Amino acid sequence: METTTATKGYQPMEYKSEEGRLKIFGFWVFLSAEIVLFSTLFATYFVLVHQTAGGPAGKDLFEVNIFAMETFFLLTSSFTCGLAILYMRKNSMKGYLIWTIITLLLGLGFLILEIKEFSTLVEMGAGPTHSAFLSAFFTLVGTHGLHVSLGIVWVTSVMIQVIKRGFTPVTARKIFMTGLYWHFLDVVWIFLFSTIYLLGVA
Amino acid sequence: MKDFLFNFKMPEHFFITGDPLIYGAYVSIILVSLAILFVLTYYKKWVWLWREWLTTVDHKKIGIMYLVAALLMLFRGGVDALLMRIQLTAPNMHFLDAEHYNQIFTTHGTIMILFMAMPFLIGLMNVAIPLQIGARDVAFPALNAVSFWMFAAGAMLFNISFVLGGSPDAGWTSYTPLAGSALDPGPGQNYYLLGLQIAGIGTLVTGINFLVTILKMRAPGMTLWRMPLFSWSTLITSVIIIFAFPVLTIALALLTLDRVFGFHFFTLAGGGSPMMWANLFWIWGHPEVYIVILPAFGLFSEIFSTFARKKLFGYNAMVYSMLAISALSFLVWVHHFFTMGSGPWINSILSISTMLIAIPTGVKVFNWLFTLYKGRVEFKTPMLWALGFIPIFLVGGITGVMLAVAPADYQYHNSYFLIAHFHYVLIGGTVYGCIAGLIYYWPKIVGWLLNEHLGKWAFWWFTIGFNLCFIPMYIVGLKGMTRRMYTYPAGLGWETWNLIATIGAFAMGIGFIILVWNMYYSFKHRQNDTTGDPWNGRTLEWMTSSPAAEYNFAVIPQVKGLDAFYLIKKERAAGVKEEAPEIKPIHMPKREAFPVIMSAFMFVAGFGFVFEWLQIGFLGLLGSVITMIWRSFNDYDRDYYIPVEEVKKTELAAGRRV
Amino acid sequence: MEQHHSAKPHIVGYIFSLILTVLAFVDMLYTRLPMSMKITVLLILAVLQFLVQLIYFMHIWESKERAYQVISIAYGIFVAISIVAGSIWIMIYNTMPM
Ligand code: HEM
Ligand SMILES: [Cu+2]
Repeated sequence: METTTATKGYQPMEYKSEEGRLKIFGFWVFLSAEIVLFSTLFATYFVLVHQTAGGPAGKDLFEVNIFAMETFFLLTSSFTCGLAILYMRKNSMKGYLIWTIITLLLGLGFLILEIKEFSTLVEMGAGPTHSAFLSAFFTLVGTHGLHVSLGIVWVTSVMIQVIKRGFTPVTARKIFMTGLYWHFLDVVWIFLFSTIYLLGVA
Repeated sequence: MKDFLFNFKMPEHFFITGDPLIYGAYVSIILVSLAILFVLTYYKKWVWLWREWLTTVDHKKIGIMYLVAALLMLFRGGVDALLMRIQLTAPNMHFLDAEHYNQIFTTHGTIMILFMAMPFLIGLMNVAIPLQIGARDVAFPALNAVSFWMFAAGAMLFNISFVLGGSPDAGWTSYTPLAGSALDPGPGQNYYLLGLQIAGIGTLVTGINFLVTILKMRAPGMTLWRMPLFSWSTLITSVIIIFAFPVLTIALALLTLDRVFGFHFFTLAGGGSPMMWANLFWIWGHPEVYIVILPAFGLFSEIFSTFARKKLFGYNAMVYSMLAISALSFLVWVHHFFTMGSGPWINSILSISTMLIAIPTGVKVFNWLFTLYKGRVEFKTPMLWALGFIPIFLVGGITGVMLAVAPADYQYHNSYFLIAHFHYVLIGGTVYGCIAGLIYYWPKIVGWLLNEHLGKWAFWWFTIGFNLCFIPMYIVGLKGMTRRMYTYPAGLGWETWNLIATIGAFAMGIGFIILVWNMYYSFKHRQNDTTGDPWNGRTLEWMTSSPAAEYNFAVIPQVKGLDAFYLIKKERAAGVKEEAPEIKPIHMPKREAFPVIMSAFMFVAGFGFVFEWLQIGFLGLLGSVITMIWRSFNDYDRDYYIPVEEVKKTELAAGRRV
Repeated sequence: MEQHHSAKPHIVGYIFSLILTVLAFVDMLYTRLPMSMKITVLLILAVLQFLVQLIYFMHIWESKERAYQVISIAYGIFVAISIVAGSIWIMIYNTMPM
């Protein structure tokens, strides 16, 4: 395994101040709490997945094309977000901005697909108040979508700050933390598309 | 859109009326608010209030605010308790009706656990932990303020249910379907959901904050295995908080969705599962009981070792047993399902696992006893409370094991026997720990000591009252009295015991009043703590002046072992010359306005969702998100340095060498 | 200094996750394995992808706090598994009908 940046003597800017290190570590702890948060939603979904109250089940609702597309968008955005941080570390403002904007666009694309999916379901009469299964589905996927929306707001706000102030230990730390958050959302999605969508249609 | 914006659905009763208690509450709320406004304006204290308290990020001040809030909540919860006891004094009483009784035991339980015990302990952590590990503040001082104000917003929201819209009434466990909108419409239960939700966010942040603080900010030389036990117990409590509270967040959110937006998680209609609520609740709830007991264990450990003048016996065993508890507590939540009819398989597994968790607890009791053994025990008031804890907690623990012998008797589990069990552990453990800790740290907090004589009176009133109140509950429990009944018929042999219990409850109330009176009395007849070390303490917090300067330590001490300050004092006594410490400019965080503003928005949001005025709810949420973004843009230059001269001046004023 | 600024790990990580994702789709949609087998494979693939993110994208190993970070995430996973498995076990297999 490559531990590239752990090599002795080198420290990216976001780790330079004590404050930066504390906050990044604190953020990892927060992400651990988020794991538990989502796992509770997953547990609820698995318990209620067959409770369709005579209404539609996952098989009838999920469309492979759409969630495959969503998966591709989010996965790629996780990659481009990593590149943005790489360029930040290379001290290249242009690279950072380009990859961040691409990340944001992919995130937006994902959101639009999800909103479309949700509104189609609601129009079909398969809204969240229809059955326990649908409540659990909408809440789980919706919570993830809400996280993505907040992520977009956050990444954008940090980007504006970076444009104003350049790369400093503080802005570098913020970029890095938004990056962690963004990757984490992809992690959650991995489990979502596998155990909700793929398992639902199989 | 217009419909959405201007639709204010009114519950049947917005202003609760028709009861002298409630009118009394209205009058006193209005009078107290007016009095506060008047005093603040008359003495021109508004700016002071804003600068020194509302926007402070100093852990010591935040700790004080937590403690004040917790004492107020102890009072509110205590009044609830007395009301219930009055109702149960004799058979067939009509002091409260069933509906009222339900509301009161619900608010009593919820307030005591979430708005009294937790903030009390978190307050003591705030006061003591950074001092105890030799740090200048917590890792994230601004987030610490967020924690407090979120808690305050949640607590306030929960408490106004009494006068606006009606109190929740489905018990502190809020079991569905009873707590669902079909059986329990109206804002009452929403208060429970939103109040806990907002306060819970604050608690989660506290957990992260103290975890990072303790792991990363200890004084040089203080390895993990040289940490005092209160720090250890806070660390482990933080871990449990971090991994348990997200579950509560989700459980509350799901029930809110059910109630406000018509989802079907816990309603039988639509295929939901009412029992899923109990499942989620106890995934959080079981760890929660350890969250409120472990810090108290930590406090007792400090107190025993200080007043026995000895190193704590079995330090390693203590730490390992807490680590074991932290992992086990996430595995045994099912033992709360006895009354819900689970299969025999579950019952035996959970009996065993519950017993398993009793073992580390037992280990701790023995360690405390061995610490006392051959110690030169000093019976100061904190020590009295700590000593009182042991027998009470033992009884509570043993009866807990009896309950855990699952199929023993189905009857126990919904009876007063259970009530007596958890009050023996919760009062004997948590409340005794809080009071002991409060008295122990009092001089560090305010700079003067509490009167010992009055302190002893408070202790004996409370302790005798406690046993008078709860021993009878074990007995009536065995005689078949079930929990949550608002009255009972005569002739079942319950009368005398209930009468005694009520008398005991009032004796506890008197104990509480003496405790509070003591604060006033000791202030009037102040006995200042000039040394900073009134108890001959062993840990670093006693090295600072009382109260500690805002930067805590002018120079961060070097730690050479467990009981660091004791070792330093020993070296001093042996005449080892200390190097003259060199004072450097001290790096400090600036005041922050956003925590209190953001929490105010959360309060508005909570209020909106309680009454299902969604426009207000979303507006409040939007407000707090905007506050966060605003703060993110202004998150630069949030610190300053205290110059050396000023540090020296402060130190000299506190009578310290520089 | 050079290697810190290489895009290689990112690209490798991306390729890995693409492959793992495609495998997951193939596993669920285009194979004839028995369902329990499919699910096992699916879960393994998901966990692998999780690790790819943690290591290649999130650099969980790079900071001084790496030990604490790993423990923290691992504890989160422990609790998560306990919640998911425990809830399913209790709610689906061990409750009497209410
Ligand atoms: C010696 C260790 C302990 C054992 C073996 C034990 C056992 C139990 C059992 C089996 C129950 C469920 C009874 C039932 O529902 O029928 C229970 C309930 C309870 N325990 Fe404990 N317990 C222990 C320690 C504690 C501690 C330390 C606390 C809190 C500080 C605590 C607080 C509670 C509460 C609040 C309940 C009642 C929950 C409710 O239904 O409202 N217990 N205990
Ligand atoms: Cu329990």
